[in-house]
Amino acid sequence: MSPLLFLILVPLVAAAFIMVGSNARLTALAGSLTNLVFVLVLLAFYRQGDEQPYQFVSSLPVIPSMGISLTLGADGLSLLMLLLASLVTVAAVAEAKTPEKNPHLFYASLMFISAGGLGAFASVNLFFFYMFHELALIPTFLLIGIWGSGDRQAAAWKATIYLALGSFVLLLGLIGLYLIQPDGMRTFDLPAIIGMADAGLLPEGNWIYLLLLVGFGILVSLFPFHTWAPQAYASAPAPAAMLHAGVLKKFGLYGLIRIAAPVFPDAVVQFSNLLLVLLVGNILYVGYVTISQRKLDWMLGYSSVMHMGYIFLGFAALNPVSLTGASLMLFAHGISIAALFALCGEIRERTGTLDFAELGGLAKPMPAFGLLFGFAAMAAIGLPGFVGFAGEILVFFGSFVAGEPLMGVTSGGRELFQFNNYQIATICALWGVVISAVYMLRAYRRVFFGPLNDRWSGLGEISGSARIAIAALIVVMLVTGFFPGLLVKLIESSAL
Amino acid sequence: MSFPVEFCVLSLGILMLLADSFFPSIDKRTLAHTAIVWLGVFLAATFFLQPSPLWASLIGFYETDALGLFFKRFALVSTILTLVLAIEYAPVVAGFIPGSRPGAGLGEFFTLPIFTCAGLMWMASAADFVMIFCALELVTISFYIQVAYMRRNMASLEAGTKYLILGALSTGFLVYGITWIFGMTGQTGLRGISTVLGMVPVASQTAILFGIGLVLVALGFKVAAAPFQFWVPDVYQGAPTPVTAFLSVASKAAGFVVLMRVVDTFLVVPALQEKLVPALGFLAGLTLVYGNLAALPQTNLKRLLAYSSIAHAGYLLVGVASVGSPAAGRAIVFYLLAYLLMTFLAFLVLIPVSKAAGGDDISDFNGLGRRAPGMAFAMLIAMLSLAGLPFTVGFLGKFFIFEAAMRQGHFVLVVLGVVTVACGFYYYLKVVRAMYWQPAPEDAPPIVVSPLARFTAAFLVTLILVLGIYPKPVLDFLP
Repeated sequence: MSPLLFLILVPLVAAAFIMVGSNARLTALAGSLTNLVFVLVLLAFYRQGDEQPYQFVSSLPVIPSMGISLTLGADGLSLLMLLLASLVTVAAVAEAKTPEKNPHLFYASLMFISAGGLGAFASVNLFFFYMFHELALIPTFLLIGIWGSGDRQAAAWKATIYLALGSFVLLLGLIGLYLIQPDGMRTFDLPAIIGMADAGLLPEGNWIYLLLLVGFGILVSLFPFHTWAPQAYASAPAPAAMLHAGVLKKFGLYGLIRIAAPVFPDAVVQFSNLLLVLLVGNILYVGYVTISQRKLDWMLGYSSVMHMGYIFLGFAALNPVSLTGASLMLFAHGISIAALFALCGEIRERTGTLDFAELGGLAKPMPAFGLLFGFAAMAAIGLPGFVGFAGEILVFFGSFVAGEPLMGVTSGGRELFQFNNYQIATICALWGVVISAVYMLRAYRRVFFGPLNDRWSGLGEISGSARIAIAALIVVMLVTGFFPGLLVKLIESSAL
Repeated sequence: MSFPVEFCVLSLGILMLLADSFFPSIDKRTLAHTAIVWLGVFLAATFFLQPSPLWASLIGFYETDALGLFFKRFALVSTILTLVLAIEYAPVVAGFIPGSRPGAGLGEFFTLPIFTCAGLMWMASAADFVMIFCALELVTISFYIQVAYMRRNMASLEAGTKYLILGALSTGFLVYGITWIFGMTGQTGLRGISTVLGMVPVASQTAILFGIGLVLVALGFKVAAAPFQFWVPDVYQGAPTPVTAFLSVASKAAGFVVLMRVVDTFLVVPALQEKLVPALGFLAGLTLVYGNLAALPQTNLKRLLAYSSIAHAGYLLVGVASVGSPAAGRAIVFYLLAYLLMTFLAFLVLIPVSKAAGGDDISDFNGLGRRAPGMAFAMLIAMLSLAGLPFTVGFLGKFFIFEAAMRQGHFVLVVLGVVTVACGFYYYLKVVRAMYWQPAPEDAPPIVVSPLARFTAAFLVTLILVLGIYPKPVLDFLP
């Protein structure tokens, strides 16, 4: 059996075992740890700089006449995403609190989301790339609807309908991508499509790019299609929010980097102004919305939407530096938001509220908790030393030099300087870093510092598997933050 | 030796009627089980016994192509599944039929679907308007009786009356349309018509179009396309549940086979194609929007499935409007197959739940995830497949339809299709929500499911999932 198929089957088999009655938590934990170890082994066996970017390839023809096959393979970027998915899965299962209501369904749903993410990142065939992502839709619906908090029903409906619509728009884009290929060569195999694009066999595909952008954009919560995300993440139980915000949402940007960037570079440049406006909307508009949030869960939900703006910027600039930065940020943001949602879930479980007005001074009864939250918040802002910093720097460097100069300021017939829309967007994004520092630090202060409410003086410290899991996520961010070259090499060896 | 399997089915039906009359003490369910076994045998026989093309070309009104053969099997499978549902539903029917003996009237309840099946099989091979008309009537008349079968039940009676009146009206349209086409071409055979049409001067095309329009109206009734769908919700809700399932799958499928054959006949003339394709596209768009929007507020599952069957007719019509693309025929056939699997599965779960709860409301499914996990899982798969979620056969059906439509450049239809798919997610997930989000009522009665129904449900779930991932065996097999 191919190693990547094994990776996808492990959570599915675990889910099946859980549904027929084995110990839910232990099975899920065993399955996700197996996968993590397995991904690390794959990383060790991955030959960087090999001629063939996709390795561990296996293929099972499903509809050969349409070029649909279950082709699995991994290059550097996919391995990075697989590492992210397996890490976050372990953390999510470790963080999960076994619910009283139907625990088997709970853990099985988590396993299904994990399988969906792993399958999507391991697929080389676009058809299965798409299919696997959808595997997570219904488990998310169930997780939010059954075990969520707040206005969970509305949140679950909204997220599910939005994601279903987005995914069908995406499907149209993929069918379009299939149909513009010359008759007789049509396929869903991504390397073959990229080969055709490089050989100049594909006609102009502006409308397909727009379909892909809107479809993927809805899934990644691109402004103005973002409203499902904060509500869903605020209502979802912590492990579901970790998996969805940390792993599943990366699918859309991963898809744009993987498909749109190599196949439709001209269309990306042609519609760059549209995308720049939208992503600045993500960074500035959603950023200010984030500042005004009064609850930690909503604030984190909005912040995860906002951070997508940087990654979109890296994609829009479309040069190797910015794409590498965007890929790094996919990983960095996935881990930092997972750690934050885990901590947020722990606070909700202890206090029953996430309202900033009611919280305060929690660092006194729970110092370790405060330390972990501080690290995670700094990582989310992108402080040097965390991997997010490396990603942001690369994105900003890449996007600042992108494009041709369009405008200039002249004085007395002499050009003082020239600039273009990419640079304007980059400067807006830099301001976004300030915004994210403002809301993260304010949240940190309002929750952990200030006068301690007597109600919270007896709160227990974070402990057990949750503590280990969150600490592990932070260690990963620190290690890769000090040695980002490890990841950059991996990304450079991929088929970007 | 070769002869049409339809004769066997017809004989089976007659033998069952005789057995029912001459051995009144026999358990009617044994009769149904026997019929299921024999229909299975006939299904196997279709793989070995086929009428020779020579024979068919001699009589001229019988088509022996792969499409016809496929739909004969389709009719047999849906009749078998209907009988499984009918056995499950028999106690409810018995409650609404006055009779001195237990099981009185049940014999015909199990026999009528077999006659319908024979009609459906003739229809699949019909290559002549007269033959189409006769087969259609055999199907429709046997359905009139089945829909109104529970004669002490007001809803069933009302459904029967509505179906009778509107069905008769649509028959009128069909005959009138056929006469116009006959009048202009002097032919009733589809092949003859397309030969003549190649030579008819342009001047008479209006008359031909008028005739085609009338035929389209009649077929629109059969496949439940908007704006000819008004009978659907009441009839589906009132009819006995197995009949509803049969009506929504087999009758619709037969309608589409005839529609495909008729449309193919007239497409040979480019001038007609120009008018026909937009008309079909319009019907498709209207049906999609109407079916999906009207399904949104439904609270009764049978009614919801009725509107959803209109919605699915919309997707199928998108496929019909894409004729000309080589992929369209295959897309329609695959979609119908998917529709058969998932619709029968949904009705198969609905029957035991509504027997326990005494109603068909979605709220009767509350907490089914805890009360009967297996049945709830089957329903979950049925709903997800109807909604079109990947890894189910329903998704592939929609995928092929959209692919065919985009190939033909029907972008408006495709966009409508995508928007309505999102609607579909809402109303199908309402059932999922009831089963998994909502707690079960305190006094929820236990759900009793017979082993046969349990086996059938497991079989259907497996097929939906396996074909959703690996459709190759079926695709190789499709016409």
